[in-house]
Amino acid sequence: MAVIDARGLRKTYGATVALDHIDLQVEEGRIVGLIGANGAGKTTALNALVGLTPYEGQVRVLGRNPWTERARLACDLCFITDVAVLPRWIRVSEALDFVAGVHPRFDRRKAEAFLQQTTIHERSRVRELSKGMIAQLHLAMAMAIDARLLILDEPTLGLDLLYRKQFYDTLLADYLERGRTVLVATHQVEEVQGVLTDVVFIDRGRIVFNRSMETIESEFHEVLVHPARLAEAEALHPFAAREGIGQRVLMFEGVDPARLSVLGEVRTPSIGDLFVAVMSAHPSRAEGAVTR
Amino acid sequence: MSTATASVRRFLWSVRRELWETRSIYLGPLAVGGIILIGFFLALVPLPSRLRAAQALGGAELRAAVEQPYVIAAIILMAVDLAIAVFYCVDALYGERRDRSVLFWKSLPVSDVTAVLAKAAIPIVVLPLVTFAATVAVQTVMLVSSTIALAAAGLSASMVWQHVSLFEIWRINFGHLVAFHGLWYSPLYAWLLLASAWATRVPFLWAALPPVAVAIVERVAFNTRHFQTLVLDHFLGGSDIGNPGGHLTMTMDMLSSGHLDELLISPGMGIGVVVSLVFLAGAVQLRRYRSGM
Repeated sequence: MAVIDARGLRKTYGATVALDHIDLQVEEGRIVGLIGANGAGKTTALNALVGLTPYEGQVRVLGRNPWTERARLACDLCFITDVAVLPRWIRVSEALDFVAGVHPRFDRRKAEAFLQQTTIHERSRVRELSKGMIAQLHLAMAMAIDARLLILDEPTLGLDLLYRKQFYDTLLADYLERGRTVLVATHQVEEVQGVLTDVVFIDRGRIVFNRSMETIESEFHEVLVHPARLAEAEALHPFAAREGIGQRVLMFEGVDPARLSVLGEVRTPSIGDLFVAVMSAHPSRAEGAVTR
Repeated sequence: MSTATASVRRFLWSVRRELWETRSIYLGPLAVGGIILIGFFLALVPLPSRLRAAQALGGAELRAAVEQPYVIAAIILMAVDLAIAVFYCVDALYGERRDRSVLFWKSLPVSDVTAVLAKAAIPIVVLPLVTFAATVAVQTVMLVSSTIALAAAGLSASMVWQHVSLFEIWRINFGHLVAFHGLWYSPLYAWLLLASAWATRVPFLWAALPPVAVAIVERVAFNTRHFQTLVLDHFLGGSDIGNPGGHLTMTMDMLSSGHLDELLISPGMGIGVVVSLVFLAGAVQLRRYRSGM
């Protein structure tokens, strides 16, 4: 059974279609990056999956209906929408007490052990902590929850590079180790691409790309085309092109790299470049999603 | 851990969470209790001479003179209870969306029903109990200190003890706080929680305007005041039930009339509780749907 199984997930706000019949299946143990521009529907999609917002369509997360079973789902699901949502009045010790009191899978000692590596004191109130320390606190609590699924929505928005890196490295390393499933939404692709097993691009409420990293590595190639071979390269139907430094870079899907290697230098595209390429290749498809 | 125990556990932690966030729930009554005591201590100086004068009057007037400070203390603390309850309710479901902490609370396995019930329990159960505890503490200190003051002045404290039967006052006070301030007023609290869950700005206006609007529409359209009368009678007249005279005298009788039983089984109480449940159900649904502003 898929950990996340969404079929025909749709969400509208008045005349605006935020999610337009999304199908998304995530198997156990995958680390999926949901990547899209601001306003593409990432947050709406994640909010639907964690039970924060009602939706149309069939959605099962860990076998549960997130909208009607949010609280029960929250026992096995850990989600962080933003690290800036910890209440400012709460003391660190109170936050730990409360989570320990209501969450059956929270290991307080683990959270405390993590906090000991930081400069956060248990007596402090959240409002006295810096943004980075609040992120560390949230991270400590998330890591101490033995959840089957972790859903993150731009959790490090507005944080220093140092904390962002620590956040992902620590949290994802922990999850990878335990073979848990992770769905992380971001528009800062570089941060997470090293750990992802799957990549999903979302644009204006639709999923426009959904591949595993293995598929991307074997099927997608970008070629820094030798100027003399440009016409030859264009004949192989690249699905996107951009100007590199003094060279044209063409993106191919499903073309034998042996054939491409004669045209120029062949590389596996970065997720960021692939994202731009896919987005520019599907403009018409995406435009229909805005309103209907 | 069974489901039921787990639910109770989460409810109790949620109540505790409210006390962490809104410390005025217990600090308010304590602070006002302290202020009352300061006033009372100042009045201890002229107390012996006042009592000598009152002794001449005898009977009911003596009793009123002796008992009055205790009654006033209880009434002030009840007013504090009501004020804190109103301010608490208006902010309870609005504040967590304003600071976005609702996204954190909702990431935990606490249902919206549990969260809203915990918030409703503050004005309906917790505040009356805290107020009662504060009243007991304040009145105990008052009685002990006046005993000492009288003894120092060479007077017997028996007069005070004779007229101030603390256990009787406490029994009445407890019943009044729980039945009247808790249950009888619960539609007000539930309504404020509903407005708090609904409002994206100024929840106080959302709480106040709809009832006012209904009253105005009724007045203009039908030239009647049934809604206004209904609401005002409920919240202002409840303590008169079973107290036909209805004269407010500054004695403990005002609070008791020994008619709490009648209050509890009166139709107003039943309807009020049902209305409260409807409002709370609305607040639960709103909290479910609204995670932001």
